[in-house]
Amino acid sequence: MNDPDAGGAGRSWAETAPLSAVALRVNDEVRRLEVDPRTSLLDALREHLHLSGTKKGCDHGQCGACTVLINGRRVNSCLTLAVMHEDDEIVTIEGLGDLDSLHAMQRSFVERDGFQCGYCTPGQICSAVGMLAEVGAGWPSHATADVASPRIALTDEEIRERMSGNICRCAAYPNIVAAIRAVAKAGTQ
Amino acid sequence: MRSFTYERPADARAAVAAASRSGAKFISGGTNLLDLMKLDIEHPSHLVDISRLALRDIDELPDGGLRIGAQAANSDVAADARVRTRYPVLSQALVSGASGQLRNKASTGGNLLQRTRCPYFYDTAAGCNKRDPGSGCSAIDGSNRIHAILGASDACIATHPSDMAVAMTVLDAQIELLDADESVRRVAITDFYRLPGDTPHLETVLRPAEMITSVVLPPPPPGRQLYRKVRDRASYEFALVSVAAVVSADQATIAQARVAFGGVAHKPWRSVEAEAALTGRPATMATYRAAADAAMRDAVGQGHNDFKIELARRTLCRTLAQAAQSS
Repeated sequence: MNDPDAGGAGRSWAETAPLSAVALRVNDEVRRLEVDPRTSLLDALREHLHLSGTKKGCDHGQCGACTVLINGRRVNSCLTLAVMHEDDEIVTIEGLGDLDSLHAMQRSFVERDGFQCGYCTPGQICSAVGMLAEVGAGWPSHATADVASPRIALTDEEIRERMSGNICRCAAYPNIVAAIRAVAKAGTQ
Repeated sequence: MRSFTYERPADARAAVAAASRSGAKFISGGTNLLDLMKLDIEHPSHLVDISRLALRDIDELPDGGLRIGAQAANSDVAADARVRTRYPVLSQALVSGASGQLRNKASTGGNLLQRTRCPYFYDTAAGCNKRDPGSGCSAIDGSNRIHAILGASDACIATHPSDMAVAMTVLDAQIELLDADESVRRVAITDFYRLPGDTPHLETVLRPAEMITSVVLPPPPPGRQLYRKVRDRASYEFALVSVAAVVSADQATIAQARVAFGGVAHKPWRSVEAEAALTGRPATMATYRAAADAAMRDAVGQGHNDFKIELARRTLCRTLAQAAQSS
């Protein structure tokens, strides 16, 4: 069995490393933090910056609830360290829109009833925004018949495949697909 | 997670120097390493962040090949127009793995070095010779439905989880490495990985502080390239069995074929036996079946995974038939 205190690699659980300074650009604001290097980007957002819109589901990159946009790309914030994102541009659900001016994807999820409990929804919406940008850039997916083709037809099969990293335990999937389809059709990403 | 110190070296030489420190480990995309650190399976005392090194580009080589920087994200490689048109098997393999979010973060070098998803490797209460050498293998007499059918040992029956590496194996990729003494070497991907033997904790030929700097693809081989993955879910799941094939058929005869399997062994499994059974033979199901039998001649099931042997045969036949049809 693993002896937690054996060997050269690995410190004891109690030991801590010095705090690291990191400057993140979160929702258009520079935020300076001093964090334990272990702090995930997700915990930095929720516990240090009190942006609790980003959710912690599995904390292992399996559910997608923690999805945020880093430099425009969707990423699981639970599987990356805050200290690795010096000067990176991070957009959370709070940065996409607010009650007075919802992002088109937020409005579409409301209009199409793309959720039940809502816990996975911030991750679904951030992921969908990132996903449509990927489609706009012509990225192929596993549902793309010919990966060499530069144009992607955004069928429902493509949407489902591309959104497979976001789990909804209420199974609101049909309405999530409808919400994303509507935004893609309107061309307002 | 246990405590560690963190540094971000400015260049590749500084990175390998930093990694020479005891207990140090490289971190790139972090999608596998941080998961394993949370579970106390990996416990480095020092992390060397190489994710911002200038190793993200995909460059043309004079011979018609490509050099893929080790820090290029899986999604960037999959979306690269040159990869999609000249090495479609690689693009197909990449988009069949993980999720959109993970592919945006996971790097080329990190994908090659990801650890097995054997549940006993993840369970720190179970014996696992890979995680804790000498503690035994809980999978051999345990639940082993997803485990290896080729090249396994009494010490370990884990599989390598990568799709990307299977495509790179069929493409004869070379891996470029930088060592702490600044020496550079190239290793063929088939020689890069080790079989488990008595030392399943040693998975590659990497030296302690050595770093992957790039993957070199030789010019694309003639023929149609295809990656087929069979899994328990339609998306976001590891392969039970996968096949990467390149088939060049002249009329009804196979001129040349290359075959690699994923999900069946401790490393991406190139089958020279299947290739020999295909070359110069008619492009018929009888030929594919003979090649599949040749590929699985030494296959051994562990009980729950016995079905994988026939699944691998059928997946190969189906992939070859499809590739030969349109080559």
